[in-house]
Amino acid sequence: MKRIFSVLLTVLLSFIISGQALANTPVLTDAENTATDPILTELVSKLPATKLKKMLPLVEQIAAIKDDRTRNVLELMLNGDLYYLKADKTVVSALKNDDSLYALKNVLTDESLSPVKKSKIRKVRTNNSLRGDIRSFIAKIDLTDKNKDVRIQAVKQLLDNPSASGLEAVQSLISQEKDKDVRELMNVTLLLNQLKTGNHAQVMAAITQLQDTLEPSVKNTMVKMLNALPETSKTAEQKELAKSLTKVINAIEDKRSFFEVVENIFFGLSLGSVLLLAAIGLAITFGVMGVINMAHGEMMMLGAYTTYVIQLAFPNLIEYSLLMAVPAAFLVSGFVGIIIERGVIRYLKGRPLETLLATFGISLILQQLVRTIFSPLNRQVQAPEWMTGSWVINPVFSLTYNRLYIIIFSLMVFFTLLLILKKSALGLHVRAVSQNRDMARALSIKSDWVDAITFGLGSGIAGVAGVVLSQLTNVGPNLGQAYIIDSFLVVVFGGVGNLWGTLVAAMSLGSINKFLEPAVGSVLANIIVLVGLVLFIQKRPKGLFPQKGRAAD
Amino acid sequence: MTTSTTLATENFSMQKMFKTLSHLHVVVGTLFIATLYVTICNLFFAEGSFLHVSDYTVSLFGKYLCYALLALAVDLVWGYCGILSLGHGAFFTLGGYAMGMYLMRQIGDRGVYGNPDLPDFMVFLSWTELPWFWAGSSSIFWMIAMVFIGPGLLAYVFGSMAFRSRVSGVYLSIMTQAMTYALMLAFFRNEMGFGGNNGLTDFKEIAGFSLQEPSTKLALFIITAVALAIAYWISNYIVNSKMGRVVTATRDAESRVRFVGYKPEHYKVWIFVVSAMLAGVAGALYVPQVGIINPGEFSPLNSIEMVIWVAIGGRCTLYGAIIGAIVVSYAKTRFTAIMPEAWLFALGGLFVLVTLLLPKGIAGLLPNLFDKMSMFKSDESKELEVKDKKEATTAEVK
Repeated sequence: MKRIFSVLLTVLLSFIISGQALANTPVLTDAENTATDPILTELVSKLPATKLKKMLPLVEQIAAIKDDRTRNVLELMLNGDLYYLKADKTVVSALKNDDSLYALKNVLTDESLSPVKKSKIRKVRTNNSLRGDIRSFIAKIDLTDKNKDVRIQAVKQLLDNPSASGLEAVQSLISQEKDKDVRELMNVTLLLNQLKTGNHAQVMAAITQLQDTLEPSVKNTMVKMLNALPETSKTAEQKELAKSLTKVINAIEDKRSFFEVVENIFFGLSLGSVLLLAAIGLAITFGVMGVINMAHGEMMMLGAYTTYVIQLAFPNLIEYSLLMAVPAAFLVSGFVGIIIERGVIRYLKGRPLETLLATFGISLILQQLVRTIFSPLNRQVQAPEWMTGSWVINPVFSLTYNRLYIIIFSLMVFFTLLLILKKSALGLHVRAVSQNRDMARALSIKSDWVDAITFGLGSGIAGVAGVVLSQLTNVGPNLGQAYIIDSFLVVVFGGVGNLWGTLVAAMSLGSINKFLEPAVGSVLANIIVLVGLVLFIQKRPKGLFPQKGRAAD
Repeated sequence: MTTSTTLATENFSMQKMFKTLSHLHVVVGTLFIATLYVTICNLFFAEGSFLHVSDYTVSLFGKYLCYALLALAVDLVWGYCGILSLGHGAFFTLGGYAMGMYLMRQIGDRGVYGNPDLPDFMVFLSWTELPWFWAGSSSIFWMIAMVFIGPGLLAYVFGSMAFRSRVSGVYLSIMTQAMTYALMLAFFRNEMGFGGNNGLTDFKEIAGFSLQEPSTKLALFIITAVALAIAYWISNYIVNSKMGRVVTATRDAESRVRFVGYKPEHYKVWIFVVSAMLAGVAGALYVPQVGIINPGEFSPLNSIEMVIWVAIGGRCTLYGAIIGAIVVSYAKTRFTAIMPEAWLFALGGLFVLVTLLLPKGIAGLLPNLFDKMSMFKSDESKELEVKDKKEATTAEVK
């Protein structure tokens, strides 16, 4: 929050300072903003009567007014949604609604008017060349916007479809631009123009300066230029040009492929962390306790539905819903887990196959329960603002926030769990009971209580995983089933009873999957990983990191 | 450990118990009477008559018998060999696909696109020739061979790898589940050449007989009943043979069997392959009666449902598996028709209750009944039984 403030403040300051220097450009400072209001109204009211030929100067005048509504008017005009009422020449935006009526809105006062038939309104005239001009007017307005992202978008727009007036504006604004990213992008835009239109020396200079740029249009332009050169009988200048172009293109290519690999690793880790979250609860119930819990996937499903319910209950707190959902899901799933353990699993101790069947029955019941309560359709869980968007590191490499947070979160869960098992008294008891139940009981550890708590812990973590899954996939009754096989495989692959093994297994399976995906497609990648795993387990039945000693047998 | 030992005892003593009045006779007899009854009621009683059995019901019973055959296959590996396979749906479906491919080719040029060689979905994907693995699929002998070879080969490859590296128990179950899951994903792909998502359907005729004809349906039902009887006889023979004893011993104490000098993995692979083939036959008979085969049959849920048939019927007793399959399938048909919502509740509840309260399943309730029937139990077998019980108690103490 603080950061956003400071950014806003800098941008604001930069405007006030730059305002004076821009006296000759058609951009006005904030101070004059309110004064122009009547002018805007007057100019807009001229729109209906103006002939197409005289439209350009009028639009230019409108664009010169610094007002929030200006951009809206121009944008509407560009899209052909700007109309006026035939009766009183009020300029309105019109959107066709269902019953062939047009919903109207006064563009200046923003008040809605009653819908009318098409015959009552007429479109404000434009043509292609005018639209091109409008586009660059909009770009200019955006270039001086207070919001950095809007400015970046505007420059990017110019980078891909440069226009003379837009470039002019960039040229004049670059010296006042305070933000480093925007300035750099502006610089690239100008250099790219120089590359296209400059003389030989300028072009060569531009190429050298552009060699670290990853913007796709830069590379495209360079490739185009290289292809445009004659195959044979080049002049000395052309030879030099070709040589440096090839060099820079290759350098850019190398960089891009490097970032592609990095991106794949990132995707792999993010898939891996989802697998980790799904499997880690199982690593406790299956790995430490030896209970085959086929209802584990349904514990995740319960967690996801808890998120949904919390968002329903607090519709105004979507931003905080995930933070509330994590403990809530932990409690809900953990509680259900304890009930299952007390009610069913404890009677089946030492009979793994029967446990498997009974818990599978429970999973069916839970699925049907959810289906009955929430309907069999998928439910929409909203993503809070801070989970959306991405962290753009450079034009070819960006990390989406939700994946980034999930990686961090899953590691947090992992290490918390590791701490609990290794450092806390509960962890000590859990390990004691799993290693030698009778001995542990002889030392006055309540093994029943430990069993229930451990199972609750594993189930609770599955619930937390469900919260995360609700951000990635549809929340439906079958959510858990999709992950149960994968989770078991991760635990078995990593080595039962070994949390670190689970971490390594999840991350490596995720990465392998993502690296195979571009080559063979996601379904086949999935199949290959499954088959590979089955083969691996045949070779090493105890997984990557088997437990040593007699206990493993 | 203790449960499997008691189960073994139970099984062993029951074999002795039934030596004179074999349950083989009872089961095959019952099957014969039931088949005869359905056939007569279908053919000779007019529609509307109280005794009439409709064509739909005939197909439905045929389906149940396929399930029974499948349950028999599952029981063979789970009940007698201790391998809890959660992937028997894969063998069943593979057998089904072998039959489906044959039926697909029987359509000939009567498909939507009228292509005499290529099935519709291939024309739709604009393929120009049959993939190599479809070669020969128009022959009925090829089909019969593939019904055995497909599942058998998969079971052999998977089994020999898994059992040699001594993957067992829960690990094996998860591996088999992963196997059927992978197959499901694979068969969902159009590129696999098995019709992708939609699978194989729109069958017209089998060996020249129209599948729409009631008589064909009845014939298929009878064939299924015969197949079940034969399979039952084979299974019964296997479990009572010397080989079957080794298999049962492997289930109870694999290490001891190994120390005595046997190679348990060979026996396991062998029984696994036989079971897979039986499942394949069940699938092949299932497809013409329901008229479709698609990758959904591979879904792990189906495989687990098969296990529950056996668990409810009673593992370790071959007739228990058949009873379980028929009872649960019938319940499913009724439940899903009357209140579809409740079916999963009921099924899930059954899983929990049966594992908790009825470890021997329905068949566990029957022996008393049989006990009274077999009055002429020999003293020798009684002695053996006592001995068994002693052993069981010592094992428990250990």
